[in-house]
Amino acid sequence: MLKYIFICFTVIFYFSIFKIYAQQFNTSLIRGDFQSEIQYYFDDSIIGTPDIKEKALMNAYLNIIYSNGHFNAGFRFETYQGPLSGYDTRYKGSGIPYRFLTYTCSFMELTVGNFYEQFGSGMLLRTYEDRNLGIDNSIDGVRIKTVPFKGITLKGLWGTQRFFWNHGTGIIRAIDGEFSLNEVFSKFNESKIKILAGASFVSKYQEDIDPVYILPENVAAMGGRLKLTYNKLSLSGEYAYKYNDPSVENGFIYKPGQALLINTTYSRKGLGIILATKRTDNMSFRSDRNALGNVLNINYLPSLSKEQTYSFASMYPIATQANGEAGIQGQIFYNIKKKSKIGGKYGANVTLAYDRTNSIKIHKLPDSTFMGYESGFFDIGKDVYFEATTVEISKKFSSTFSSIFSFVNIIYNQEVLLGHTGEPDIYAKVAVADLTWRIDDKNTVKCELQHLSTKQDKGNWASALVEYSIAPKWFFSAGDQFNYGNKLKDKKIHYYSAGVGFIYDASRFMLTYGRNREGRICTGGVCRNIPAYSGFGLSIISSF
Amino acid sequence: MHSKKYAIFPFLLLIPFFLFAQQDKMNVSGNQALPDVEIRNLDGVAFNTHNISNNGAPVIICFWATYCKPCIKELSIISDLYDDWRQETGVKIVAISIDDSKTIANVLPFVNGKGWEYEFYTDVNGDFKRAMNVNVIPHTFILNSKSEIVWQHLSFAEGDELKYIEIVRILLKDKMNPK
Repeated sequence: MLKYIFICFTVIFYFSIFKIYAQQFNTSLIRGDFQSEIQYYFDDSIIGTPDIKEKALMNAYLNIIYSNGHFNAGFRFETYQGPLSGYDTRYKGSGIPYRFLTYTCSFMELTVGNFYEQFGSGMLLRTYEDRNLGIDNSIDGVRIKTVPFKGITLKGLWGTQRFFWNHGTGIIRAIDGEFSLNEVFSKFNESKIKILAGASFVSKYQEDIDPVYILPENVAAMGGRLKLTYNKLSLSGEYAYKYNDPSVENGFIYKPGQALLINTTYSRKGLGIILATKRTDNMSFRSDRNALGNVLNINYLPSLSKEQTYSFASMYPIATQANGEAGIQGQIFYNIKKKSKIGGKYGANVTLAYDRTNSIKIHKLPDSTFMGYESGFFDIGKDVYFEATTVEISKKFSSTFSSIFSFVNIIYNQEVLLGHTGEPDIYAKVAVADLTWRIDDKNTVKCELQHLSTKQDKGNWASALVEYSIAPKWFFSAGDQFNYGNKLKDKKIHYYSAGVGFIYDASRFMLTYGRNREGRICTGGVCRNIPAYSGFGLSIISSF
Repeated sequence: MHSKKYAIFPFLLLIPFFLFAQQDKMNVSGNQALPDVEIRNLDGVAFNTHNISNNGAPVIICFWATYCKPCIKELSIISDLYDDWRQETGVKIVAISIDDSKTIANVLPFVNGKGWEYEFYTDVNGDFKRAMNVNVIPHTFILNSKSEIVWQHLSFAEGDELKYIEIVRILLKDKMNPK
């Protein structure tokens, strides 16, 4: 591992010298960023840590981007020695899995190499990198974007996806067009109604070498989207359809897939309302029909749930069920004015949110049809996968004291979402008090108290976290999460932690120590399991 | 053998500190133009980041998301001071949301619900975020009168906003009394 740390720092050193010289001549620009997460693991039989033979593991990433006139070029060096606990072990190794060259002129942008792209909401195509989740499904190939007329954008791409240190076997070909009516036609420029429309077509090719099934080697998917905005009201919808795409994930059925997402928002100063609904049916779309987990996804199916930020509120996160789910979501953001009766001198913010995801109603078909099941487009199943009701109030009491109070009520179907067969649904209530006391211009103390109550799973939890910051450079934290309600006496465990961080402009160094509970982190319905671990952590992040 | 080989390692670890120490000196004249990347306004209309400017006054760019607690704290605290800052320095806040397609629809109702009055854009594909080498949010940049990056900062703690306005004042002073 030392060898790779040595390489990273050497690269930064020479990069910095090169950067200084390049910029002196003012002909080009080099930017970069570096991130390293190092963890030293202790054996901790109380929380049941896995045996890590290396004792210390590291993930590190170095990005360099060079710009000169119409050209941009860059690469990312990654090293996993080995991957941190909880990351896919297939990442083990070092290399440059991401490099690109882009040429941009007034009417076109051409990229060769790796790139990230998203059409509409991503239900047909989205490639992205999320280091927390260990996801990088970038496409390696060619992409062209062009704006033939103001308000019309066309994109085309062709390539294969990253699969750890290799590429997936499938080839992706895709086009997307977007049309902004108000920009295309000058007479609509000042119109109160704004219309944005788009359409996409995505095709993948993968050779059929299956000895039993005749599998479609070319699978097409298409979709359309429309966004209408009138004054403070906005309505957007997207529909996606995928032809038969037998895969490991859907049990090799030949049923087509489809998905619909509708968002309605109303907002004016001080008030925001959002209502959303979605339905997905057999819409997993990967460039390899045999892939499972967070790899080789061509599309992205967002979950409809409020993104919870407190640790107990996110203890039971929803994971999108690509094979089928239907959801609704409503959120209200309200700002109580300053100097009003309820708001007091400083006003307050209130957030109310409700979201629920159910199964879709299906009627199974005989195996001989190879279609799996049929499901009416508006047929919602009875099984609740996830439900959450959130109330959050932010209130400043004085110039030095502010607070956030949050309450979340969760229903969590662990049988479906975690695969815990036969286990009952989890009913959990989470209460949070987040208190901040600003001692003076630079010194601030923050205290976060949380409680989770449930009769299922591991029972009740309580936690306290204290953070002290000295702006703009230092912060210190100490906390404990206590599973005091666990039915097993030896599992009533304290998960203590402490940390110190130093920030130097665009660089952050953080040292942590403590226990971390086993769990699952999710972003947008995509999740990664984390085993329990205990020990020291060092995090370095820098942009230069 | 190995221990000798790596004896130099502690010194190598110090290299970034020296490099970053160079960075702490704010480069008032700036030398980093904004990258040329397409983002969108809250109506969904395309906007090129090269056009971020403020009629010759400084700009503060904040990368944030609706699910990021310290980002919300940063923008809320600045919101209370923004009218005074605008009057004194003319500084403009440009807030770039990196919400992905799961939460992108929340951005407009969310900022209206908060009553924030910044210039908002969305970077749903992360193109601007990558071009600006943003790894974690909040990540804040300050631009001089020529829209060149002169300073950047990771994370947010209460009190950081005073550093932001201190830098903006230095930029204005430098603009009025060029060397």
